[in-house]
Amino acid sequence: MLLEIDDIHVHYGKIAALKGISVSVDEGEIVTLIGANGAGKTTTLKTISGLRSLSSGAVRFDGRDISRMPGHKRVLAGIGQAPEGRGIFPGMTVEENLLMGAYARKEDVSKELAQVHELFPRLAERRTQAGGTMSGGEQQMLAIGRALMAKPKVLLLDEPSMGLAPMLVQQIFSIIVEINRRGTTVLLVEQNAQQALQIAHRAYVLETGRVVKAAPAGDLLDDPQVRAAYLGGASGADLAAASDVASAEADDTSGADDTPEADDDAEEGTSR
Amino acid sequence: MNLTKNGNGKGGLAGARDTLSLDPLRNAWAGAPPVVRWIVYGLLIIGGVLLPSESIGGFMAPSGSDWASMLSTQIAIYVLLAIGLNVVVGMAGLLDLGYVAFYAVGAYTMAIFATKYDWSFWESLVLAIAFSALAGVILGAPTLRLRGDYLAIVTLGFGEIVKRTANNSDYVNGPRGVQGIPHPPSLSEFEIMGVQPLKYGLLDSRPYYYLLLLFIIVAIIFVKRLESSRVGRAWASIREDEDAAELMGVPTFKFKLAAFAIGAAIGGSGGVVFASQQTSITPLNFEFLVSALILAGVVLGGSGNLPGVMLGAAVLAWLPERFRFLSDYRMLIFGAALVLMMIFRPEGLWPSRQRKAELAEGTGGMGSMGAEVAVPDKPDAGPVETLEEGK
Repeated sequence: MLLEIDDIHVHYGKIAALKGISVSVDEGEIVTLIGANGAGKTTTLKTISGLRSLSSGAVRFDGRDISRMPGHKRVLAGIGQAPEGRGIFPGMTVEENLLMGAYARKEDVSKELAQVHELFPRLAERRTQAGGTMSGGEQQMLAIGRALMAKPKVLLLDEPSMGLAPMLVQQIFSIIVEINRRGTTVLLVEQNAQQALQIAHRAYVLETGRVVKAAPAGDLLDDPQVRAAYLGGASGADLAAASDVASAEADDTSGADDTPEADDDAEEGTSR
Repeated sequence: MNLTKNGNGKGGLAGARDTLSLDPLRNAWAGAPPVVRWIVYGLLIIGGVLLPSESIGGFMAPSGSDWASMLSTQIAIYVLLAIGLNVVVGMAGLLDLGYVAFYAVGAYTMAIFATKYDWSFWESLVLAIAFSALAGVILGAPTLRLRGDYLAIVTLGFGEIVKRTANNSDYVNGPRGVQGIPHPPSLSEFEIMGVQPLKYGLLDSRPYYYLLLLFIIVAIIFVKRLESSRVGRAWASIREDEDAAELMGVPTFKFKLAAFAIGAAIGGSGGVVFASQQTSITPLNFEFLVSALILAGVVLGGSGNLPGVMLGAAVLAWLPERFRFLSDYRMLIFGAALVLMMIFRPEGLWPSRQRKAELAEGTGGMGSMGAEVAVPDKPDAGPVETLEEGK
């Protein structure tokens, strides 16, 4: 296991936010945590990246116990995060934001910068624009791109679809698949369960600080309980269609084909 | 220094914010070759050296008050303190309401070691800077885990603690304060244009002004170099989004502590000069009002932008003196001017471009305090347009 959290409890004051969550992520996977507001998804991510300290349990990464490691050191260990609400530095330009992503690294980062520009041609176009003046979708791209600048082994994404138009959500999700195809493990937190389950290999369902279900993502798409609670209980035909898409994307081979816009953009970006 | 002041002062009354854009000036500066920059730096320093002259004083302090002593006891000290506070508030985004504490630590260190242990000015200076930096660390270590307004309240308390301790400690004569603090030893008697710039005494305050000018220049160089280094980038990221900064691998706690220590050291050096010029200090010199005024100067000038905060502090120190003839009304007018200023130009007289962008976003107006003010989420109108453009 690349990342393993073992029965973690986290408290905000006296209130228990996480009551014993165990999640494991294997190398090369996309794992998603779904659940309603307040289920503890974001807290789980924050605990993994070190922004929250845990009261009991353990976080293990790459075979090491990192439960007590400060957040800024976990970046070098290989945990990158695009935080909830994107966390863009509003006064810095796009380029400066990306370079902040590589702050912890001392070596040359031009290769990573080129890769991020290739994944997100928008960011190359907007290089000198202040991060705070960009649209929500562009900021999300910047947040993901910035996290990639640290060359993480596992990328933690906290609600990348939040507040975005449906078309844009599609685009972001296909880029996540592409990032995973290139070898980065992804742990994805989403309220948009339908989308998340379609691209993930495995999923955990969180409810009020506990894991109530853990299964391959495809199975959860079919699970009547999960459908009723998170997917709006669609009909059988929809269901079949949805899981077809899921398996197609999960195969990884078609990841790039599903993203015509992204590809066009990529060509534009490189030809310049 | 006076050059920049005049350049800005003109527009101050115009009121309309958009007519006051500094962008053309900034672009010209960014594109200027190094030679031009060095010439401007040189002119600024010459301007600073000539500032105490009578001809300037005639306008700046017409009502008979001594312009040179106004410069050295008020304006230059405020400017130096503002440079220090700007490291904490403007660069790292930590709201410090007790900055006067470090000024007091510097002044009292000077007073104690010069009167009780016969240390010279320069020895005491080094020690005072070290002590105030240490005070910054001592205050910072337990409190910097707090954010925004909570940190502000704790620093406010710290400022009071230092003052009260001085007030109640017999070792430093309680409320009577310390007297007989020596002037710095005269370095040389040489005279130029009627001034002996290196001879410190009671009669002429101009040498103190030059001493402070030297401190200010050193502080500017030091802070500017920090700003463009990894440290400066770390501070900017902490100011704009502390959690995100930690996620980027910035050891946020360490850098916040460093900002506190550096800001405190600069404030302490100001305290040393103040103590040796006044030759006596009392706890009353270190009221909360000083913290508030310096902070107001930083915000008024354009928090985070060095020329801006210097301008702000200078204006703030100068205005009440300049309009002394209005007697009691001057404070009323002074307050009204600050309010108007914040309405029409909330980013300050001379903000940095980065700072303006942060303010526009609704965060970072004053570091994390701004960030904690709830701003309704703007509906994302952008993405649709983004997609269309993207194709």
